[in-house]
Amino acid sequence: MKTAITHAALLLCCAGWLAATGHALAEEAKPEPKPLKLTTTADHAKFKQLQKTFDSGPEVTKACLECHTEAAGQIHRTKHWKWEFLNPETKQTLGKKTVLNNFCISIASNYASCTSCHVGYGWKDANFDFAKQENVDCLACHDTTGNYKKPPGFAGNPVTKDTEYPPGSGKIIKGIDLSKIAQKVGKSSRDTCGACHFNGGGGDGVKHGDMDSSLAAPTKDVDVHMDAEGLDFTCGTCHKTSSHDVAGSRYTPTAKDDKGVQVRGKAGSGNPATCVACHDNAPHKKEARLNHHATKIACQTCHIPTYARGGVATKLTWDWSTAGKRDKDGKHIVLKDAKGRITYESRKGDFTLAENVKPEYAWFNGNVQYTLLTDKIEKTEQRTPINRMGGSPADGKSMIWPMKVFRGSQPYDPVNKTLITPHTAGNDDTGYWKNLDWDKAIATGMKDSGAPWSGKVDFIKTEMSWPITHMVAPKEKAMGCVECHARDGRLTGIQGVYLPARDNNKLVDTAGWAIVLLTLLGVIGHGALRIVTARKH
Amino acid sequence: MSERIYVFKRFERFWHWSQAALIIFLMLTAFDIHGTYTIFGFEKAVAYHTTAAWTLIGLWVFAIFWHFTTGEWKQYIPTTEKVVAMMKYYLVGIFKDAPHPFKLTTLRKHNPLQRLAYLFILLCVGPLLWVTGGLYLFYDKWAAWGLGGLSLEWVALGHTIGAFMMLAFLIAHVYLTTAGHTPLAHIKAMITGWEEVD
Repeated sequence: MKTAITHAALLLCCAGWLAATGHALAEEAKPEPKPLKLTTTADHAKFKQLQKTFDSGPEVTKACLECHTEAAGQIHRTKHWKWEFLNPETKQTLGKKTVLNNFCISIASNYASCTSCHVGYGWKDANFDFAKQENVDCLACHDTTGNYKKPPGFAGNPVTKDTEYPPGSGKIIKGIDLSKIAQKVGKSSRDTCGACHFNGGGGDGVKHGDMDSSLAAPTKDVDVHMDAEGLDFTCGTCHKTSSHDVAGSRYTPTAKDDKGVQVRGKAGSGNPATCVACHDNAPHKKEARLNHHATKIACQTCHIPTYARGGVATKLTWDWSTAGKRDKDGKHIVLKDAKGRITYESRKGDFTLAENVKPEYAWFNGNVQYTLLTDKIEKTEQRTPINRMGGSPADGKSMIWPMKVFRGSQPYDPVNKTLITPHTAGNDDTGYWKNLDWDKAIATGMKDSGAPWSGKVDFIKTEMSWPITHMVAPKEKAMGCVECHARDGRLTGIQGVYLPARDNNKLVDTAGWAIVLLTLLGVIGHGALRIVTARKH
Repeated sequence: MSERIYVFKRFERFWHWSQAALIIFLMLTAFDIHGTYTIFGFEKAVAYHTTAAWTLIGLWVFAIFWHFTTGEWKQYIPTTEKVVAMMKYYLVGIFKDAPHPFKLTTLRKHNPLQRLAYLFILLCVGPLLWVTGGLYLFYDKWAAWGLGGLSLEWVALGHTIGAFMMLAFLIAHVYLTTAGHTPLAHIKAMITGWEEVD
């Protein structure tokens, strides 16, 4: 890596010497601090279009589009832009715009806050103009300075002038200089992807467990591929992006990839983000037996022994039903554990968090069926799955996958028998996080969702599964056999496979031990009788 | 008046004791793999069990060669002669200090019940263990060998049944070594090769 940089620098110097006058050479010889990766051929700081003051995001985008004329159109076709996805198999309309979860529940009526993670500007309500090119936010993914911020509450807009927010709070959000940021744009990085994806669920590591800020510059133990001092993969190394469309999907995950390595020139529409896309279907050279394991077990199952390994805790449960308590002064309560993690908030309810979490395991074939706002659900003792993970040992398409299963309790309409989309974020009278009033929050939220609400609110226990695929450990730290090959191992509940040490046939074992015991008793009895009779003689 | 005859030759004794050690070790690791207890843990137990199995196979190659070149294989030809007498002896006679119904010679060093028991082990229990064990070892090759329809569960069950039968045999076998004219006579013979006969 270092030599590559040295070589590249030498080449650049030579080119500079050939092309430039003596005066220019003197300038080149004094190297600037280099925010840019040397993999680019353009220094955006030299572009006239960017040498100006930008008051808003769309102004920057207009400048970008002067050269990158088709970029906005490419973005417009992606899930990152539309937050909408039609699952071709289940025919469900999904996407962040539509689905619910058991974290902050839903986006409807909370746009201005949630869309700080949208690759666009100004999505503050259901009337956002998805066709407008300058609404695309280039900087969210292409910032290299780390200074680009889109605070919640501004509908995905950056703040360019110091602004008091919430108004009257006395808290000032400092304005950022978009010009400096625009002049240093580059490839997407772990930081740009991470700005949103590390913080899913409303905070660092909250949602995924296998993605958090520790992946910004991870050690080898946290992620063997992203290891900042080793392979140093960015997200895009695996999530190979084409025409701004990022490979990999939570809605239609590739549970089983039997297509082998994705070689250049090989036709195929496979997912380039799978392990197999690089490692092939039989990657174990020393212990060939493990390749057979790999026909039924996802690589992730053994190679990600635990998630949330980077020192950032992930949320495991969220109980909305306890939200709304106030202290004796009528103020919101925030409780923290010994490590300073929030375990209760009036705005949100009770949480549990953990690090180094062992996943749960399930047969998974890539089919995910969501419980949507339009679905009728009965409240039973069983948890309602927010997403049903398809799979069985017999369908030929399933592998045993590690999952983070997030369990919670969330608002439910007991009359209409539906989930509820409350209005949470928002500096207004009906926002739950401000006023702790479910009735107002739900009325606003459900109205925005265009769904009926009976006026009654109950809480329903739900669970949501998140296949674990990041934080791949170095091979020496992959899971040992005994983790699963044991009576109470990790795969205790997994049906359809015979697992030596976990499984036995009760009849064979009982009969076997009975025969052994009878033989033993027989010889002991026989021997005893011989001793007794020998004495008589 | 007793005389001493040389019944177990050097290779035979080596074969017997090394086989005994290997089988006991195989059983120790087997039930570790089976999940009955943990001594080495699954991963090591599998590795040891596999190594011991290959060693035993190697030993058997020599033993089979030895049996056929020396003609000793004939010692295992079953006979019904004196089987009933042997059973009577073990059930009744042995308690009354009755004379042993079988006269041991170098050409007939196993009594008729021994012959039957060893033959059963050699022809039934052994092959069951070897076939299922071999399949177990190469289970990742089944599909390539056209055995894709095989179920690991059934192979494992067969192997477990074999193991229980071997364990029961081992117990009875060890006990019956004490049924010579002194309790340690047979074991001594298996060590020195010399058996005392009446």
